[in-house]
Amino acid sequence: MLAPPLAWLLVVYVGSLVLLVAGAFFSLDEFTGKVTSQTTLSNLDEAFTEPAYWSLVARSIGVAALVTAICLAIALPVAFYVAKIAGPRAKRALIVAMLLPLWSGYLVKAFGLRAIVEPGSGGRDGGLLASLTGWSPGFGYPAVIATLAYLWFPYMLLAVHAGFERLPDTLVDASSDLGAGSLRTFRSVIVPVLVPSIAAGSIFTFSLSLGDYITVKIVGGTAQMIGNIIERALLAPNQPLAAAFTLWPIGIMVAYLWTMGRLGAFENL
Amino acid sequence: MRKMTGTAAAVALAAAVLGACGGGSDGSAAMTELGEGEGAVNIVAWAGYVEDGSTDPNVDWVTGFEQETGCEVNYKVGNTSDEMVELMQSGEYDVVSASGDATLRLIAGGDVAPVNTDLIPNYADVFDGLKNQPWNSVDGQSYGVPHGRGANVLVYNTEAGAAPSSIVDMFSADSPYAGKISVYDAPIYIADAAIYLMATQPELGITNPYALDQDQFDAAIAALEAQKPLVGQYWSLYTDQQAALESGSVTLGTSWQIIVNLAQANGAKIDATIHAEGATGWSDTWMISSKAKHPNCAYMWMNHIISPQANAGVAEWFGEAPSNAKSCALTADPNHCKVFHADDEEYFSNVFYWTTPTSKCLDGRTDVECVPFSEWVNAWNKLRA
Repeated sequence: MLAPPLAWLLVVYVGSLVLLVAGAFFSLDEFTGKVTSQTTLSNLDEAFTEPAYWSLVARSIGVAALVTAICLAIALPVAFYVAKIAGPRAKRALIVAMLLPLWSGYLVKAFGLRAIVEPGSGGRDGGLLASLTGWSPGFGYPAVIATLAYLWFPYMLLAVHAGFERLPDTLVDASSDLGAGSLRTFRSVIVPVLVPSIAAGSIFTFSLSLGDYITVKIVGGTAQMIGNIIERALLAPNQPLAAAFTLWPIGIMVAYLWTMGRLGAFENL
Repeated sequence: MRKMTGTAAAVALAAAVLGACGGGSDGSAAMTELGEGEGAVNIVAWAGYVEDGSTDPNVDWVTGFEQETGCEVNYKVGNTSDEMVELMQSGEYDVVSASGDATLRLIAGGDVAPVNTDLIPNYADVFDGLKNQPWNSVDGQSYGVPHGRGANVLVYNTEAGAAPSSIVDMFSADSPYAGKISVYDAPIYIADAAIYLMATQPELGITNPYALDQDQFDAAIAALEAQKPLVGQYWSLYTDQQAALESGSVTLGTSWQIIVNLAQANGAKIDATIHAEGATGWSDTWMISSKAKHPNCAYMWMNHIISPQANAGVAEWFGEAPSNAKSCALTADPNHCKVFHADDEEYFSNVFYWTTPTSKCLDGRTDVECVPFSEWVNAWNKLRA
């Protein structure tokens, strides 16, 4: 019974990935911009040995890591409150509230943030922030990080919330009975139980941020991430180079998933 | 073991697919007679070239065409020449308004078919200076019909100070517009840096901004690197630049007249000029896909879009010189052709039409290799990373 879906996965998912990777080894006709049948390593050379791209990749990882950290920092107290403190009626309302942002469109949210951070200039008010406070971060990496954190926050929240739900109250009580302060309880009891959930949540926030390029276009100003360079190469049109660039996020995500797997992210799915 | 076989098969498949894509048909023949319309035509064009009244109810040269021919017009904006080449390679589109930096690539790649201009009655009225040019014909065989031409303009905020007159304001570190400069986000923009170097570093010996040897090219890239801190926006969607001009977040930039017109209509305090050093520009050609699914409608469209009425409409809406000599009598502003130098070859000798750079130098030098367009693309990617 498992064979048809497995074959499907192999053909559609693994197959297209293999096609993608194989594409990186073909050369491009200099003039027509078409892929030729000649193989070459020059695309990989271009994508992996240029310092300009290293810094781009480092920046993209930095953005994804920061987004993940921000989502986690907000999700921990919120999920704790919802799971452990809120009454049953409030709890139901809060869970709906947590899910609600997932029902609105990506572009709606990204443009919403754009309307907030747009800088004012030349006698114009600019966005909400600029017209209320006179200050705005403007378009750039800070706006990209804020927008991505806003977009992917529900995924982290849901994962962490599930983690708290699984944490028996008795463990916390036992910890305080044994004389641990709340900080010690948090560090030695709660966090170890939550690690797999946090790891699972971070896979969403990290991978979705790492691959994003549309938010960057909407609120990024002159900022660029890996996805933008891939799009750029694709439209050049230089399909092989675009394929070579995709090996960056593929490699990073494989390493990331492996690390998170070690932390137990997949054990409680 | 089983997995390995699957992988090997996939690799073989990949090779087959990619190999098949690389072929490129060699010159399907031009049509010899026109048949009935197929009911639709799919168009890739620059912003503002295909208007059906949805932008401005008074600007519409599509609805009449649809009613007359029964060809429903489906329209996709190409933001850069590179994007247009990519879209045409997909084979999903019938016609494209290609600039000179796309035309030869499309012809060489076999993506567009020769055009039988006898089937296009309005071709007779096209300015002679635009017919059979190196960017729209090969060995006397026409590959399209000329659409119109113009120069990229320098747009500036009228409240930000005196009007700029020089391209130096786009590049110099002490530019009064530093931090609020808007740059076209495409590899072909490297040619603008070359024009800047023609004016400021004559010792480099650049005579054609699309024929750069390695030293000249490196100097252009260095100029673009130095320009980076001054740049407030790299735009490829014309609406992005329009929005930035309207909000005042950029105050100087390379632009198209249509963007200036649209932003002005929305109250932006801007104006446009052409810098004294010569400008990059375009001479566009309507071409037909070699895989066109609606060839008859495509020919009808090509005839329609260069008809005096439609050609005058586009030229005035986009802000460029029309290609049809009879258009000049039909523009709302009777001086339009004069203002945009429609048949002023002298003026256009100072405009460097977008062209695809090749390793064989376009300026005729044979003692040195020039940097081909694929390197321009890589350099631009790196610059933008």
